[in-house]
Amino acid sequence: MELTINGSKHQVDIEADTPLLWVLRDELGMTGTKYGCGLAQCGACTVLVDGQATRSCVTPVESVAGTSIVTIEAIADDPVGQKVVEAWVSNQVPQCGYCQSGQVMAATALLKQSPQPTEEDIAGAMVNLCRCGTYNAIAAAVRQAAQA
Amino acid sequence: MNEMTTTELGATTLPADGPLNLSRRGFLGAAAGALILGVNLPAGRARAQAAVPAIVPGTRVSAFLEIRPDSTVLFRSAFIEGGQGIFTAMAQIVGEELDVDPTHFVIECAPPGPDYLLTGGGRFTGGSMSVRMSYDAMRKLGASGRHMLLQAAATQLNVPISELTTEPGRVVHAASGQARPYGEIAEAAAALPVPTDVVLRKISDFRWIGKSVPRLDVRDKSTGKINYSIDQKVDGMLLAAVQHSPRLGGEPGALANEAEVKAMPGVHSIHRLPGAVAVLADSWWRARRAVETLQVTWSEPAAGTAHAMPADFSSEAHMEKLKAISEEGVAFETVGDAAAALGSAATVIEATYDAPYLVHGQLEPPSALVRWNEDGTLEMWIPNQAPDMFQGDAAKVAGIAPEKVIVHSQILGGFFGRHFLYPASNPYPQAILLSKAAGRPVKLIWSREEEFLRDTLRPMAAARFRAGLDASGLPVALSAVTIGEGPVGRLFGRQPDKVDGSTVEGIAGKVYAIPNRRVGQFHVDDPAMIGFWRSVGHSMNDFFYETFFDEMADAGKQDPFELRLSLLAESPRHRTLLQAVVDLSWGWKRGPFTADDGTVRARGIAMASPFATEVATIAEVSLRDGEIVVHDVWVAIDPGSIVNPAVIDSQVASAVALGLSSALLEQVVYVGGVPQARNYDGYPILPPERMPRVHVRIVESGAMPMGGIGEPGLPGVPPAVANAVAVLTGQRVRSLPMSKTVFKGLNG
Repeated sequence: MELTINGSKHQVDIEADTPLLWVLRDELGMTGTKYGCGLAQCGACTVLVDGQATRSCVTPVESVAGTSIVTIEAIADDPVGQKVVEAWVSNQVPQCGYCQSGQVMAATALLKQSPQPTEEDIAGAMVNLCRCGTYNAIAAAVRQAAQA
Repeated sequence: MNEMTTTELGATTLPADGPLNLSRRGFLGAAAGALILGVNLPAGRARAQAAVPAIVPGTRVSAFLEIRPDSTVLFRSAFIEGGQGIFTAMAQIVGEELDVDPTHFVIECAPPGPDYLLTGGGRFTGGSMSVRMSYDAMRKLGASGRHMLLQAAATQLNVPISELTTEPGRVVHAASGQARPYGEIAEAAAALPVPTDVVLRKISDFRWIGKSVPRLDVRDKSTGKINYSIDQKVDGMLLAAVQHSPRLGGEPGALANEAEVKAMPGVHSIHRLPGAVAVLADSWWRARRAVETLQVTWSEPAAGTAHAMPADFSSEAHMEKLKAISEEGVAFETVGDAAAALGSAATVIEATYDAPYLVHGQLEPPSALVRWNEDGTLEMWIPNQAPDMFQGDAAKVAGIAPEKVIVHSQILGGFFGRHFLYPASNPYPQAILLSKAAGRPVKLIWSREEEFLRDTLRPMAAARFRAGLDASGLPVALSAVTIGEGPVGRLFGRQPDKVDGSTVEGIAGKVYAIPNRRVGQFHVDDPAMIGFWRSVGHSMNDFFYETFFDEMADAGKQDPFELRLSLLAESPRHRTLLQAVVDLSWGWKRGPFTADDGTVRARGIAMASPFATEVATIAEVSLRDGEIVVHDVWVAIDPGSIVNPAVIDSQVASAVALGLSSALLEQVVYVGGVPQARNYDGYPILPPERMPRVHVRIVESGAMPMGGIGEPGLPGVPPAVANAVAVLTGQRVRSLPMSKTVFKGLNG
């Protein structure tokens, strides 16, 4: 099947129900997207599918054929993504960093849909888990990115 | 910042020309173009150097520093980065003395070897020890490197060393206007002996130590560019997944559908391992699906199997057993005569507290990438907090000499104590066996479910308190007994007549002037695999003690803040800290009070003395639909002296999150010998919507020794919240997590 990832087309020959996460990581070598729980609990695997934040660990690859998939590897190519990254750096958000690919993708999806998000928008969109507890820094960075 | 022990000298004042106290044993061979040895110091070489008795950890510049031609610095850290900011701290400390901007450092984790045994003669990243155990040594190391560069420049410029000084990244001869970038003289400097006696920069001249230098890895971590252990790859590797025996000690018997699984897509082979079965495949998803399809008959653990999990083990029943024990145990701390004072007290109160098992729940599942090389060495890319211990253990598993095991320690996707050397709790022994069997490199990843099954647990424990108050309501006696087992005794050997300090820390060593005290411990074997969890015994003992403290205050009709202050009359450091947290929170108000948003709130206060750091914490709570809402947490923290205030703020916020998560939500429940939760769906951790605002005030008292930072923010949080909840609801929480308790009260 053919996948469009970060603007490039990839042919993959894999069982149709394989989660997108493992196609990215094992078949395509794109390890910026992380495995945390495999149950859509933590959000470390968040990517954009047609602009929507999507948990790739429970997304069968066949369901995203024909869509536009964006991963953290292409975040700097996206103007909104770049603003998010700069806000993440400016707020010194990451600690261990393992969840942050997913957090940055979730923030990028939010700001693409709501360039001026309310606090409720932020709380509703930024639901990924962070065991280091960087939640306040994440929210501050989202607010800053929205102002940038 | 207090003065350290080493002689100081002004930044521009150099010692007289000529050698300081030079030692030939500091003389090292040099690699071309670099201040020191090649990047990949082979493990064999490091181990061979261990045979030289003269190596003093933390002194050989070459083992740590490589100044590259562009004057950037490669630094090999004895400590492992897992979010606590240690790589940046190392760059600040070494860069300050070497005179290199910390942002010009590239940091990697050092291989095993004698140079890096900086943690009390051993090496591990834990106990909030990294900075405080290595601070002096790393300053001297940087200063030694700078001196070697000055000597090299003096020779090249043919001027006395006394006329030279440095600016960040270069040696300067002011009289002639000449300068030499470090990168140009690094090779010559590397040929010089390492001075053994150097002068250090004046603290008043610090540019980077004590400043909020941005962390070096933040951009890469914000763009997915950091490779963790789970992301590593080598040519020709197979991916592996395992299914463990549901109970530790069981061994795989019949595989009912082995042929069917062998035929699944991508499957390379099926393997029996000690206590587990494994599938190797060409992708991890295929390996996982295959191994979870395997129908395995597990044996009952053989008699005498160490730490075999009983088939009838129930964590609830075990807790009831702990709480029912009325023994006084082995005394750990005795002051005055607590029994006599309790006997003559005007009022005596008693309470029993308990706390459950916890998993670490770090977001990166454990993994191990292992490759056997043709030269007989074994290479491992693994998460770990103690490279030399893992090297030694891997050598035993592999049946080879330790020097043949090359350990590549990876940046950790969270740890909190997860990656110590624990029996049966790390994937690399399985990966070693699988790679050997397959004749190919193997990357083994434990699924989250297998991780929840084999993670070591923060032990459960109960604590029984009795306090005696005099006629004016002041405490005159306190007796406490903790009941359970601690990780230090479990992992390093317990002496039956001695108390494992990790079972009583946070109850012993308290700072309040209560004249008669006894802290004891009654040992009960814990059936589970137990380990270190952020702040170890403090993670629960400070909850027990500081919450009981408020019970004492209530019984004596004392305000809990005022009572703490009065019992610290002789301890100005703690009084200052307590006042600092009260000031930070705009003055002490216990409540209940009505906030601007109409909610009724209350505040609780707690103190803790973990890891040589002093902490005072206040939490403000309300109730919403019977559930606790924590709005704000204020923390005043005094580690004596500091390296990076922004990192401290971050670490305190992180510790508040984990402490609150444990207080509100977390417990591992065993029924029938198996844990009931195998993922975050059954074991909720703090989500973003329950994160409070966190306010931090750093107090630099100058106290020595320097205290830790990574863990100390945690222990005060559960008791501060519990004390606030008691004010708000009248319900005294004595058992964690609080999600077990139905609260009825104001707004509830």
